Amino acid sequence: MLDIQKIRADFPILSQTVNGKPLVYFDNGATSQKPQIVIDAEVKYYQEINANIHRGVHTLSQLATDAYEISRGKVKDHINAKHAHEVLFTSGTTHGINLVTNGFASILKPGDEVIVSSLEHHSNIVPWQMLCEKTGATLKVIPMNENGELILEEFDALLSEKTKVVTVNHISNALGIINPIKYIIDKAHAVGSAVLIDGAQAVPHLKPNVQELDCDFYAFSGHKMCGPTGTGILYGKEEWLNKLPPYQGGGEMIKEVTFEKTTYADLPHKFEAGTPNIAGGIVLGTAIDYLNNIGFENIQEYEHKLLEYATKRLLEIEGLRIYGTGKNKASVVSFNIDGIHPYDIGSIIDKLGIAVRTGHHCAQPIMNFFCIPGTIRASFSFYNTKEEIDQMVEAVKKAQTMLS
Amino acid sequence: MTIKEIQNEIIDEFSMFDDWMQRYEYIIELGKTLPLIKEEYKTDENLIKGCQSKVWLQGEEKEDKIVFTADSDAILTKGIIAILIRAFSNQKASDIINADTDFIDEIGLKEHLSATRANGLVSMIKNIKMYALAFDAKNKN
Repeated sequence: MLDIQKIRADFPILSQTVNGKPLVYFDNGATSQKPQIVIDAEVKYYQEINANIHRGVHTLSQLATDAYEISRGKVKDHINAKHAHEVLFTSGTTHGINLVTNGFASILKPGDEVIVSSLEHHSNIVPWQMLCEKTGATLKVIPMNENGELILEEFDALLSEKTKVVTVNHISNALGIINPIKYIIDKAHAVGSAVLIDGAQAVPHLKPNVQELDCDFYAFSGHKMCGPTGTGILYGKEEWLNKLPPYQGGGEMIKEVTFEKTTYADLPHKFEAGTPNIAGGIVLGTAIDYLNNIGFENIQEYEHKLLEYATKRLLEIEGLRIYGTGKNKASVVSFNIDGIHPYDIGSIIDKLGIAVRTGHHCAQPIMNFFCIPGTIRASFSFYNTKEEIDQMVEAVKKAQTMLS
Repeated sequence: MTIKEIQNEIIDEFSMFDDWMQRYEYIIELGKTLPLIKEEYKTDENLIKGCQSKVWLQGEEKEDKIVFTADSDAILTKGIIAILIRAFSNQKASDIINADTDFIDEIGLKEHLSATRANGLVSMIKNIKMYALAFDAKNKN
């Protein structure tokens, strides 16, 4: 059992008021709030050990380098990677995905196929489209059903020896659906395709086990899992990271430079050109420790209760429809009310202190599928409460009255 | 009435409200007074980009003035565009070009001007002014 009041006390931002009302923060899918321990760690880094890493022989540089590499090790353990050098620090999921698509530009040939899913965030669509334009490969899309679940028979039918990469999110940002990624990975591997999993929405809720999943790449962001913004991780299997060319040239990523030829550094440094977000990288480790102390089993159990409660309470509202009604779901409820634009509801409940996301959630193909301009998305974290859900339901009802 | 006089009138009306709810309710009411754009003008060309909701705006020259019509799929947005049209429609192009938009702040809609709002208030004002500039340029030639 989680002591939610004690957990809430860890997050200073949660105690403030917005528009004169106590803040109800249900936009966790966009970014999570940060516990004091994470904020303190960021300050402590700059107060005590700030120095550039992997370069200096001086003490501070070594302290900073050690802290950075310890954090890499924490991430490695957290996702159960085989090697620490398979864990690359990035600025976020988008950066990780682009690093991979950039690498595949020298691998794909005209006629090759890339499979994405219809549930993707734009950041896991557009880089692949750009890759296909560059290489002459073709983009194929796994369709979904009315419940927001991927149609696996259709996916099976798309697979062939032409398939070179399959990419799908672990959890849909717009609907909260948890995708059957193990099935997708195994099937893709059976035809010799690589697989990238966009884990941005998964890591706040679960602990991915990349060896068990056997995915080739797993990208995620730190800021959605209580870490600082501008941090992220790209996990890549050693053999794939060795195969891909570097993404950016610069310092840190080289072994030897002459004007005739440069040889690249070993993993992970080959992909980490320039001075990284050192503080962020270190503090991401603090955030992961914080989450593991609470325990992902506890988080999942509690968040599932919030999801069930919110679903039940919201469905009491007349004319309310939930999108993404598949069985396997994270704590996200995406909904609309008949005849009312999501923007109108979002604007009014904001005035009542409720922070939700409205719009297309950077997933326009999903909105087109349902023929809607967008949805209202409430995404819950382990620090949210049933009382807050009640407040949201009351606010939505009030908005509905005002708007109809 | 001049644009300034209309804006002052709008400011007076909004000053009667002391909380956001009354203001929003009034915006919703104003949305119902919006001179609606003809269906055939609801084209992609007349769609204002950068809004979470759809807004169509059309300007037509009538004698020496510009008359605006609009519509939106969101109620609050409809109210906001109605306020703008009340201030700027049926005015001379040169007056629209030179008019300021400070009254938006004064009626408590400043928050809708921020970039994250994405309701396109900034784009709406820009499009109204663009119409005025285009008609003005055409008439000078």
